[in-house]
Amino acid sequence: MGLSFDVIVVGGGHAGCEAAAASARAGARTALITHNLETIGEMSCNPAIGGLGKGHLVREIDALDGIMARVADQAGIQFRMLNRSKGPAVWGPRAQIDRSLYRAAMQAELKKIENLELFAEAVEDLISAEDGSVRGVICASGAEYYATAVVITTGTFLKGVIHRGEERIPAGRVGEAPAIALSDRLYGMGLPMGRLKTGTPARLDATTIDWDVCEMQPADDEPIPFSFLTPQIDVPQISCGITYTNEKTHQIIAENLERSSVYSGAIAGRGPRYCPSIEDKIKRFADKSRHQIFLEPEGLEDDTVYPNGISTSLPEDVQAGFIRTIQGLEEVRIKQFGYAIEYDYVDPRALTSTLTVKGAKGLYLAGQINGTTGYEEAAAQGLVAGANAACEALDRPSITFDRAEAYIGVMIDDLVTRGVTEPYRMFTSRAEYRLALRSDNADQRLTLKGESVGLVGPERAAVFHVKHSTLQNARTELDSRTLTPKDASAQGWSVNQDGRRRSAMDYLAYPDIDIATVRAAFPDLPHWGEDIDRQVAIDAQYAGYIERQASEVAAMRRDESLKIPSTIDYGLVGGLSNEARSKLELARPETIGQASRIEGMTPGAITAVLGYIRQVGHRRSRRG
Amino acid sequence: MAERDTICALASGNLPSAIAMIRVSGPAVSELSYRLLGKHLVPRYATLAPLYGTDKEQIDEAVVTLFRGPASFTGEDVLEISIHGGPSIVEATLDTLCEHGRVRLAEPGEFTRRAVEAGKYDLVEAEAIADLIEASTEAQRRQALQQLRGVTSSVLEGWRKDLLESLALLEVAVDFPDEEDAPDYTHESIIERLEKLAASLSEVLSDTAIGEQVRDGFRVALVGEPNVGKSSLLNCLAGRDAAIVTDVPGTTRDAIDVRLNVGGYLVILTDTAGLRETVDPVEEEGVRRARRAAVDADIVLHIRAADRPSAFTDAAQWGGRTIDVLNKSDLGVDNVQSVSRETVQLSAKTNEGVDLLMGRLSIELASLASKAPPSVITRKRHRRALQSAQVSVNDALQGLRAGLGGELVSEDVRRAAQALTGLLGGIGVEEVLGEIFSSFCIGK
Repeated sequence: MGLSFDVIVVGGGHAGCEAAAASARAGARTALITHNLETIGEMSCNPAIGGLGKGHLVREIDALDGIMARVADQAGIQFRMLNRSKGPAVWGPRAQIDRSLYRAAMQAELKKIENLELFAEAVEDLISAEDGSVRGVICASGAEYYATAVVITTGTFLKGVIHRGEERIPAGRVGEAPAIALSDRLYGMGLPMGRLKTGTPARLDATTIDWDVCEMQPADDEPIPFSFLTPQIDVPQISCGITYTNEKTHQIIAENLERSSVYSGAIAGRGPRYCPSIEDKIKRFADKSRHQIFLEPEGLEDDTVYPNGISTSLPEDVQAGFIRTIQGLEEVRIKQFGYAIEYDYVDPRALTSTLTVKGAKGLYLAGQINGTTGYEEAAAQGLVAGANAACEALDRPSITFDRAEAYIGVMIDDLVTRGVTEPYRMFTSRAEYRLALRSDNADQRLTLKGESVGLVGPERAAVFHVKHSTLQNARTELDSRTLTPKDASAQGWSVNQDGRRRSAMDYLAYPDIDIATVRAAFPDLPHWGEDIDRQVAIDAQYAGYIERQASEVAAMRRDESLKIPSTIDYGLVGGLSNEARSKLELARPETIGQASRIEGMTPGAITAVLGYIRQVGHRRSRRG
Repeated sequence: MAERDTICALASGNLPSAIAMIRVSGPAVSELSYRLLGKHLVPRYATLAPLYGTDKEQIDEAVVTLFRGPASFTGEDVLEISIHGGPSIVEATLDTLCEHGRVRLAEPGEFTRRAVEAGKYDLVEAEAIADLIEASTEAQRRQALQQLRGVTSSVLEGWRKDLLESLALLEVAVDFPDEEDAPDYTHESIIERLEKLAASLSEVLSDTAIGEQVRDGFRVALVGEPNVGKSSLLNCLAGRDAAIVTDVPGTTRDAIDVRLNVGGYLVILTDTAGLRETVDPVEEEGVRRARRAAVDADIVLHIRAADRPSAFTDAAQWGGRTIDVLNKSDLGVDNVQSVSRETVQLSAKTNEGVDLLMGRLSIELASLASKAPPSVITRKRHRRALQSAQVSVNDALQGLRAGLGGELVSEDVRRAAQALTGLLGGIGVEEVLGEIFSSFCIGK
């Protein structure tokens, strides 16, 4: 007999950490099992967190009292708010991360969490009951751990193979063994699986780079933290360098294209279009004479530099050759060569929106194993899987987010209804309600819900409620102060003279009227502090657009409320084309809303499914 | 939760018909029926009442019945409006309904969909109706697309490209601000594309060509001097005595319309007063209307009689194509009238040669239909979709010119794309991303 828990999380990457933390926060006795405790919180690829869409995810994780944002705030060495020139809906918080600070802060954070124990073991197999439900894991050491729910977050370790030129190295990360037995086990369970690939560039020695010839990109003057709980960033801020490839670089790569693992045909898995290797860029955009490279230091005390923009699977000699043609890198010492990694993933259409495997009770999957890429995407899934695993173990209702609530909801819905054809990355353009799903209001959107399901601790709850009620007050005050267009003109505001009396909140939506202008017109307005002023101004700016989307959101939610029984037999649904039937079989949507978002689904097919559900429902109620 | 839309549509068959039934369903029904009829209705009682348009002008006399949800077809409040089945009456009624902010035309199958959602159907019924809807929407979509592809694929492809490229340009600037290759939020090129789109939308919206003509009918006028047998020919073609025929020249004082099916085309055949100088003010007005009908007609049948020469003709001023018809061939008179190879000789009295005229007419109609400029709009729903796309495109342009943020302009472009989904198929995120990744070298 082994140890027994409510929830076991397998893997200590970004999905695993967040899953374990969420499960423990929700009150489940949780075990995190990973092959090496030292690499918990490792950033395997680029040393940065956030960006467009990704930064939104980090804020949402934070709003649900997750740990990624707070840890990143302790390790960020170059904070930048992307898109500052555009509207706040599409601001993307991003930071370069000191990898060792991040690892240390993450490990410290996990150790602080009650209900959570960490174990250094290589998980080899799952323990299943006769009914197919998962009951625990078996490790390479022979040790067994039992739990009501198991979350698997093995990243690229499932049959991972590193490709570099003609080299093939079975590995989950450079220097770390892949998980083969576990992958076989998932295949054995009949899960639909495929291969994906991703790549990473060489790592460079900072001391051998000629920084003087590179452009430098500094951090923001006033770094804005990821977490709603972090008052300010205390970590020293650095600059990144920018350099470019040139025609000489391109020539070397072009001459050696067939030696790249990707072009030699050795890799079957599909890579991401948004993160092409330098070989891809040169082949596909042959007319470009240069490509930008960001030289990103991996830490304050670390002399490793991550050259962002030149990921490659070319052989070592070619990598060394082309890198040294680049301005500033002529004398560079290469600490580790770049590679492509190919790994198994599970078609996420096999999952429900709680990230549990359909038909395998107690089994949850999160992170890269589901065909995503990125630390933030992994962490957000980890949070959802961990929280729901805990809910299952504690016999509580599950927690899901819809597309109008959170980027987390958009991502999981995309995954489980549409599957992936390349590693899935978040973009703001994936969120149809992105003007409402902003990084500035993640707490207002999610913390209350998180609190109601036991995911939010007392410290955050206290901070949130103060802000929330101040905001409510501010909105009430601004709604109650009104001016006629005539009075507004008297203030020097240029408004439409339509005789319509508008509130101070309405006027705030005008591009040339800000909170200071409003305060001048209504000197008796209370002072709520800069944060709140800023927040109400942003809310006002988007209010009209969000109202316009309200009926779309309502229609979407109506369709989401129409559940499709998980036992439905599409063979019995009349009036379905073969194409529609096979698409429905593959995705097995949970709701009519999900069904309607499957590519190529027709209104007729949806109506047929609806009709069938009603019919079966009637039959049941008649029998009952 | 926001209130759902109220939907309306013609529920009965093709127009014109004796009676047309318009169905309205949704939360705004009560308010609407009061606005339209000026009184409150007792549910489930058929009520005869005048129907008023937005301008308070009466549209028609209608029999209306209110069904309160859930005891209705859709489970929502439903209003059934029975009116006379004239296309203009139906159109005016639908327009009046849609002027209400929360009312729109129903999508195909939407009433049934609501009914199914409300659980109004059981068992087999639901299945049968589901099949039916599948067939009808698929056929409608395919039919519309086929028609569109045949004649206007280039127009649609152009719109699709303009929308997709505009969205890609807007989105690449939003999602990839750090990429060297990503263009700046380049207003000019987006404005250029959207202006092009706005121009072709308004061009299409202003066109009144074949699509609607095929539905509403081609105008064919019978024109000629008095007593050459125009009315006899009309009756002969119509197969009934639609016009009064006497031997007295100038019997026909006003234009008379008859609907005919000629070679599969709907034709509105107009009999007119004979063209001659007259002092009778009533006949004079008739002659003026005859000239007007000749000018407005798509095809003019210029009727002459075989037994006497023509003195009065102004055929050169007529707008459409002219078919030269020599009537009264049964009289066997020769050399009084000039005859060319194009002249159709017939006798309205014996029917001899009438089939030749029908043949010529259908050839002319077919050639008219094929030569008319292609029309994108064959359905009212399409027109509405194009109109709302036009509004969104103009909003986007206005936003761009005012320097509004890309994320806001993008909303309007997305709405335009959404409005055109029925015509173009949806433009999904994946497609926009695909356009971005193939046009710009993304990936630092």
